[in-house]
Formats: sequence, structure tokens, C-alpha cells
Amino acid sequence: MAVERPLLEINHLETAFRVTDDYYNAVDDVSLTLENNEILAIVGESGSGKSTLATSIIGLHDPNNTQIKGEVIYKDINLLDLNETLYNKIRGNDIGMIFQDPLGSLNPLMTIHDQIEETLVYHSDMDDKQRTNRVEQLLDQVGIPNPKRVMQQYPHELSGGMRQRVVIAIALANKPPIIIADEPTTALDVTIQAQILDLMNDIQDETGSGIILITHDLGVVAQTADRVAVMYAGQIVEEATVEELFGNPKHPYTRSLLNSVPHELEDENDELHVIQGTVPSLQNLPRRGCRFAPRIPWIPAETHEEDPVLHEISPGHKVRCTCWQHFHFEGEEEQ
Amino acid sequence: MGFIEVKDLKVHYPIRGGLLNTIQDYVYAVDGINLSIESGKTYGLVGESGSGKTTIGKSIIGLEEITSGNVIYEGVDVTNKARSRRGQYRDYNRDVQMIFQDSTSALNPKKRIIDVIAEPMRNFFNYTPQEEKKRIIELLEIVGLNEEAMYKYPHEFSGGQRQRIGVARAVASNPKLIIADEPTSALDLSVQAQVLNFMRNIQTEYGLSYLFISHDLGVVQHMSDYIAIMHRGRFVEQGTSREIYKNPQHIYTKRLLSAIPEMDPTIRKELKAERERVEKEYQEFEDQYYDENGRVYDLRPLNDNHYVALKPAEEGGK
Repeated sequence: MAVERPLLEINHLETAFRVTDDYYNAVDDVSLTLENNEILAIVGESGSGKSTLATSIIGLHDPNNTQIKGEVIYKDINLLDLNETLYNKIRGNDIGMIFQDPLGSLNPLMTIHDQIEETLVYHSDMDDKQRTNRVEQLLDQVGIPNPKRVMQQYPHELSGGMRQRVVIAIALANKPPIIIADEPTTALDVTIQAQILDLMNDIQDETGSGIILITHDLGVVAQTADRVAVMYAGQIVEEATVEELFGNPKHPYTRSLLNSVPHELEDENDELHVIQGTVPSLQNLPRRGCRFAPRIPWIPAETHEEDPVLHEISPGHKVRCTCWQHFHFEGEEEQ
Repeated sequence: MGFIEVKDLKVHYPIRGGLLNTIQDYVYAVDGINLSIESGKTYGLVGESGSGKTTIGKSIIGLEEITSGNVIYEGVDVTNKARSRRGQYRDYNRDVQMIFQDSTSALNPKKRIIDVIAEPMRNFFNYTPQEEKKRIIELLEIVGLNEEAMYKYPHEFSGGQRQRIGVARAVASNPKLIIADEPTSALDLSVQAQVLNFMRNIQTEYGLSYLFISHDLGVVQHMSDYIAIMHRGRFVEQGTSREIYKNPQHIYTKRLLSAIPEMDPTIRKELKAERERVEKEYQEFEDQYYDENGRVYDLRPLNDNHYVALKPAEEGGK
């Protein structure tokens, strides 16, 4: 019996952008897998390469200014080898995408009905009537009240939460096995955010799709994801199940990040943890050695690996570099 | 009594239309709120988009015309007087400053940092150039930037650094109250931590008060002594931070609190159940919390530290 392959397999993906005359990797040697019926969260701060990773998977980069290496394997095809025509068959049909800004991803001149229908026109052989029925069904599925009326409306007539539901409906239209959601709730209020996340969970239970959820919000990750990959400066620094990552974080970056979340004050001198220094720009990024080392200067240099790789420290829990074994916060004793 | 008293503040925007472009109706952006600000304290203002929280901040500092109600600053009525150049309002103009959400558009791109920070000083104090420079270096140090920053332009800084320059500028006129409108919502977690820490340090150093406007309940809880929850232009609940988070009474507050994604993946099911329970309660008892026009009731004291807008007993409330 053949070994079952994961739904999506990313192998040694490198995405480089051109800055003046040189190319710099924004995503640097990322390998990940996505299984059926799984929510994989990719967390990181701005500039960590998480969105670039998403857009690389669905091939939205301008080939004149980007170089992509590696493999993105879906159904035994490497998506990166496809030309535009073939890629367009995959996008929307096999991979649905949800962007952060719902107003920006909807066409202001098209009715809601026409926008959702568009993807059905491209990817299915339904007739007019079937398509309209499907649109209505989709709007109902994403929890929009009175779908018959909303279908005839334009994006500006809907609230932010409703617009995001429409975007989700478009992503779901062809029942894609993979959905990529890039900060789907960042622009929304908390109560709406909770509704949208519940909705995504429900849809996943129904359809069994694999979802890649890209976010900077650790709370959202804790409440929705099954597995988490933490990105820093283009690399994955830690990968684990959600329980493991929040219960037993290892990499210094993950631990620092978790410590800087605002919380209820314990006393007057209670301060949030601040990570020293800043994320280096693409050109100034050190390409050798531990990329997080400059931000934890109190950790001795010899504890870092020369060329840090991901180590599997327990089944499914991977950590980059060896410095985590000796990591302690500044001012605290090494354990 | 606070040094700033906001009394029955209302900001209504006219909706024009019809044949002669006459006023057809009003949007009740802020509809009768009271606030008393004491020195050295932080007041959190929480609400969803469109609840009117930013309008309150803007009308206190004078960027928004107040329809009715008063802002009293140390006994002087300063309602709609922020643009006045008259001497009696000078203290108010100097002592109330603001930090904006978007640091890029809040700083003039053509001005060097030295001029950005010096502007409030030039307006209110007669410093010599040497004194001015000394003070700017001091301010930059407080927010963790070095002297070289003075001669750079805003675009040369990262988002977090720019927001800290915004904090330095707000502090430059030695204000008593800083209105911070979503100061960290555009920032990454670790940078947000930095800015929040600086804001708290400055507060202890200068005895500042903050009116902290945010939709992020975690940040507000971290920063605030007192919290007011806003909905539809009115306060639904007001009290000490502890009271509001530990003992929410209004259905809207409960809904907001139950929607916060907690950082603990092991309690997912419980949170979801709680969310669903509150949502059900909201569907069933919504009319208990809003009058027939959907307006929030007046605040009534629950105890000394906690006010909540529940249906008055004479109308059949609990």
C-alpha cells in the first residue's frame, strides 16, 4: 500500500524579492504539510514572511520581481511548475483564498450575486439557475440573513462582518479541499471575529477541508488551530500542536512573544516583556547563524548552532537552533 | 471630583437630504455621557467600531463640535473652545494632548523630528534654542530613542518608533491628560509591549492621566484603572477595571468579554459554550437592556465602583 501523502506538501520553499539588483529571500527554506480536516496556523509579526508564504502557494507573485524555488505539491503536481492557465484552474477550485480586507477583495461595481457566481462560472458547468441556487445556499451557509435580498446588493451596502462572510462564501463556492485565510478577522470587531471563527470551524467540520490560517493574533490561534508554525525572519522557528505550543513553548522567540501579551496587572512594577532590537530588513538579514541571536544578546554565542536547523524534540514538536536549551529571560537565572 | 468633568456630552451629526437639502434626522454618535477624570489615572474606553468612542476623545480635545453638554476643565467651561486663542483657555489647550492611531499620518512627513516635537513647546513655552534641544533629547530618551533621531524625518523610522515619537510629542507640553486613540492597534505584539510600557512609565513620572480608547479588551485591561463600555453612543457599563472584567452585568459587556479569544487552547469548548450561552441570553433578553427605540438606559449604580445601564425597576426591570 502506498504511503498516503498529505493534502498539501511544501518542500524547501524559498521566495525571493528583488531589491535594487539583488534577490533576497523573504521566505527562506520553509517546509510544511497540511492534512485533511486540519487548521494549520502560521503566526508571526509583520515582515516575518507569513503572507508571502501564502501568496507563494497560490502563485500570486509577479515573476519579474520574484524568484520562487522549492516545491508545493498538491495531488502529485508541483504547483510552482504550472503556467497561468493551469494555475487558474487550481485557484478558486482547489484552493480558496480569504484575504484580510474584505472591501479590497470585493469588486465595488458588482452585486454580491455576480461576485460569488463568477467563480462558479469559471470552475463548474452549472447553468444559470443552478448557480443562483448555489449562491443563495452559500450565503445561507455563511450565516447571512435574507440571502435573496443580499444577493442583489453591492459591497458598500454591507457591514464589515457581512462583507467578510461574502468573501468566505466566494472561497467556499467550489468546495475547495484547501482554504488559505490571511488574517481573516484582523479588520473586524471581537464579537464579529468570534462569529467568523466559529463559522470557519463549522464549515471545516462540514467539508473537511484543510485550512491554513495566517494571523498575528495568538488568541485566535489558541482558539482555532490544530497545529501552529511560528515564523521569524522568513524561517519557521517552531512547529507544534496548539496545546504543545501554548503549554510548552521552547524557542526563545515563541516564549518572548507569549510574554509580551497584555494581561491584568499584578502590581505597579509589572511590565510587559519587550523583545530587544528590531526585526532586520530583508537586505540586512543575517543569512548565517541563528536569526534571533541578535535579539537575545545575553545568551552566550556558543549555545547557538552555526547553521540552525529544525530539531524534532518530541513527536511533532520542532524547534530551530539549539539556543532554546539555554534560554532564559534577561535578569532571570538559567534553569 | 476630577480635574476634567464631562457632563451630558452629546455629539449629533445632521443627516441632510430632501428637496432643499434640509436636515432630515440626526446620527446620535455620542448621546449623553458623563466622565470625570482624576489625575494619575487611566480611563479605558471600549466599544466596537461605530460606538462613538473616538468621537468622545475628539470632542474633549476640541476636534469635534459638541452639540450639547459641557467639558469643564479645572472649573472653567471649555466646551468647543479648543480653537480659541484667548488666555483663559490656554491651560486647557496645553494640558490636554492626543496620540493618534496611525502614526504615519499623524506626523508631518516634511518636518524633522526636532521640529515635530518642538512644535508644542514653541506654542506654549518660551524656550531658548538650547533649552529646547535639551528638552527634546530628554523626551527622546524617555521614549527610548537616541539623540540622532532629532535630525531624521518620520519615514526613516519604523512604525513602533514613530508611535513613540507621537508619545514624545504629546508629552512635550507637560500635559495633564493624554487622549490615546487606539495607540497600539497598528503595531506588532512586541512593539505594542514597548509602547505600552513607555506610556505607563511616563504616567508614573509625570502623574499623567490617560483616556485610553481601544477595541482591544486585553490592552485596556492591562492599562486602565477605570473602564467604560460604549454601545450606540452611550455607556452601558462603567466602573473599576476589576469590577467590569470580573462582574459584568450588562448583556453587551458580557458579549464583548465572552468574544475575547483567550490564550489557552485547552478551554476552547468551555469558551464556545459560554459564547453560545451569552448569545442566547442576548437574543432572548435584548429588550431588557435597551428601550423601545433601541437606546441604552441611563447608568444606575450597582455599587460605589460599578455603574450599569439596566432597565429601571418602574418599567419592569430586574
